[in-house]
Amino acid sequence: MRAYWETAVRGYRRYATYRGATLAGAFTNTVFGVMRGYVLLALLEARPHVGGYDASDALTYVWLTQAMIMITYLWGWNELALRIVSGDVAVDLSRPIDFQGYWLAGDLGRALFHAIFRGIPPFLLGGLLFALHIPIDPRRWLAFIASLVLATVLSFSLRFIVNLSAFWLLDYRGILNVTTLTWTFLAGFVIPLNFLPEGPRAVLEALPFAGILQVPVDVFLGKRLGLDLLGALVFQAAWAAALLLAGRLLLAAAVRRLVVQGG
Amino acid sequence: MIEADDLRKTFTVYRRAGRLRRERRLVTAVDGVSFAVGPGEMVGYIGPNGAGKSTTIKMLTGILVPSSGKVSVAGLAPARRRTELARRIGVVFGNRSLLWWDLPLRDSFELLRHIYRVPAAQYRGRLAELGELLDLGPFMDTPVRQLSLGQRMRGELTAALLHAPKVLFLDEPTVGLDIVSKARVRDFLAELNRERGVTVLLTTHDLSDIERLCPRMVIIDHGKVLYDGGTVEIAARFGGERTLVVDLAESRPPLRLARGSVVRTDGPRQWIKFRSDETTAATLIAAVSEQAQLVDLSIEEPSIEEVVRRVYTGEAVPA
Amino acid sequence: MAERLAQLTTYRRLAGASIRARAQYRLTFALDFAAQFVAGLSDFLAILVIFHHLPQLGGWSLPEVAFLYGMAGISFALTDLWIGQLDTLGQMIRLGTFDVFLVRPLGSLFQVVASELQLKRLAKAGQAAAVLAYALANLHIAWSPARILMVAVAIGSGAAIFSGVWIAGSAISFWTTDVQEIVNSFTYGGSFLTSYPINIFGAWTRRLLAFVVPMAFVAYYPSLFILGKPDAVIGQPALAFASPLIAGLTLLAAAAVWRSGVRHYRSTGS
Repeated sequence: MRAYWETAVRGYRRYATYRGATLAGAFTNTVFGVMRGYVLLALLEARPHVGGYDASDALTYVWLTQAMIMITYLWGWNELALRIVSGDVAVDLSRPIDFQGYWLAGDLGRALFHAIFRGIPPFLLGGLLFALHIPIDPRRWLAFIASLVLATVLSFSLRFIVNLSAFWLLDYRGILNVTTLTWTFLAGFVIPLNFLPEGPRAVLEALPFAGILQVPVDVFLGKRLGLDLLGALVFQAAWAAALLLAGRLLLAAAVRRLVVQGG
Repeated sequence: MIEADDLRKTFTVYRRAGRLRRERRLVTAVDGVSFAVGPGEMVGYIGPNGAGKSTTIKMLTGILVPSSGKVSVAGLAPARRRTELARRIGVVFGNRSLLWWDLPLRDSFELLRHIYRVPAAQYRGRLAELGELLDLGPFMDTPVRQLSLGQRMRGELTAALLHAPKVLFLDEPTVGLDIVSKARVRDFLAELNRERGVTVLLTTHDLSDIERLCPRMVIIDHGKVLYDGGTVEIAARFGGERTLVVDLAESRPPLRLARGSVVRTDGPRQWIKFRSDETTAATLIAAVSEQAQLVDLSIEEPSIEEVVRRVYTGEAVPA
Repeated sequence: MAERLAQLTTYRRLAGASIRARAQYRLTFALDFAAQFVAGLSDFLAILVIFHHLPQLGGWSLPEVAFLYGMAGISFALTDLWIGQLDTLGQMIRLGTFDVFLVRPLGSLFQVVASELQLKRLAKAGQAAAVLAYALANLHIAWSPARILMVAVAIGSGAAIFSGVWIAGSAISFWTTDVQEIVNSFTYGGSFLTSYPINIFGAWTRRLLAFVVPMAFVAYYPSLFILGKPDAVIGQPALAFASPLIAGLTLLAAAAVWRSGVRHYRSTGS
């Protein structure tokens, strides 16, 4: 357990060295938050309720997803793929620690760093610029934090699988780009999923991607309460578990291949 | 060809001091360097890491603008007339490629021909000549990323010479090369300098490059010139220690000598270190024969590597 | 003139070389192409979803917004196509490969830009063109020679304004190499912004965009003119004719920023 803790701490510290980049990133998150905020505001000024959101809900959705995009890190995580391509992955595989757990621990450390420095500051700024819907009930916050952690694990489980493709395709970058951009839409980053017409909405809400952004936002906004809240968390946890398992199976296949072919 | 007069470069560096405060500090990387290289000379420019070598090279090639002092390369002020200068000089960076990574070597040369506007006939002639000297034939159509380091370096040299520069700057051209590739690159450079009279300034950590190629070297450290003179003469100039190796008729305890001391014995053989500014080999041999019967002797000169190391560490000061 | 022509030839050669290099990674190229298409598509899907709930956004109908989106998208994709390589400037500086450009007898900006053509952006251009075609089919524009001319002028000026912003923004890397993301908020942010009618953004943002970073001149004013819409907020549709002028000024300013960046780099080496 201690090893995982140390890995998580290292994951945190690694990102703490890029101060300028962190500040620049938070700035960009804010700029996009302002722009996306105005677009949805234009919609909700004309139609006071869309998909169960009022204007304040929609703005909160914008700023929360801006804050969460770096926490769940949907865009461009290729650390594992880089180590596979360089062959350094052999070192990681020989560690006396679970491979997937090792990377997950590092990713959770990273997520904490991004939550503090890339998530909270733009969200606070958004709160100053727009009227956001911020819960005061501490239980709601607890539920949100649980949902956010699950969202990060869920996002990791998907990124893990895509990065493993580097075992088969030396040139993994194309796959990474396509999946990243597709997830961005499917997770509800471009437009809230509940704004979609009934049919597509039902499909996308059942897919795991919804658990990365849409579900935590709805938990935050209090759209999921009581049993429904429990359902939301179970939805995230079940998908995360299934995808982590899929990742393990894929890893086993990759390792078998590595052993047979000798790299 | 190359003239540097009281050349200086000062950088401002910021260092994190505490949580938010930043400390501003001036660092003088090159501190009043002066030297001149004549046409057709081949000079080694050496110094330990961080001595100011690459900063100097960057000022000479027009990448960096000097803080003060005068520079002239091939008759031009590098910083002010960068693009004109570029046509007159060739540059090889041992750790940065001038070639197109994903394309065959041939394509890189073709592109450089257009960048430097080399007339087609001249280009063909030069490529044929360089290709033969460096034996590029077998890998002309191989993408650069698939070349061995030695092959790539031969490609880099060709790339730097296609426009027939008057001056060639080489920054660590043999770094990482195996013995055979190294020898090949050195032979080529020697020939280039001898046959075509190209002026060469060579930066390297491998002093055997210098010994083999450069009759003259300039040593810098902390941004200042420590030595500028013959490569062979450096030992004498810095009062290097030499070693007299004597084979005596029989094994015996170390000899006691007024100037010079025995540093090692092995049976009848003894090694005596002495400083050439304190005594001569002849005096020492005479002193040895007074004490014991001498069978054979030889004198070991200090290696250039050893002398330069002592210059760097400050053990040696000019005599 | 001969000099310009020679430069053009060199550009064609360098760009051609980058295409040949790229062509060796076919699968990646195909997937990047697909990714660009998906990204463009998802941006437009967002607009469709908004119009699923509304007949008009800020006084603009769906075909009108599609027109705006198409014009801005084409300008942006063209810019990204030939200049997107600037995004790696910070990396070039950190790794020292920028120095290689400085020992060659060509301008540094020219060499950075020519070192790689972002061909994958053709997918984005194609997607934007398709949206524009949809808009044209559903709008009843009273075409006049001036309006037809304005389409071409607007796309060109838009690309020039985006290019200027991109060049000036990237030049920040000469002072500090780890703020690439700030540049993104002007370039990719600009692309997002110009896809929507500017009047929906807050007054403060709007003024900043119209007159400081002149994004309003990319597609917004020209579209007002072509579609014959009044400008509810700032200025007149006639401002469309100022686009080429603004584009020229942006490029001049960008060139000045770039030069001063290179000067700074060459005096500090950082």
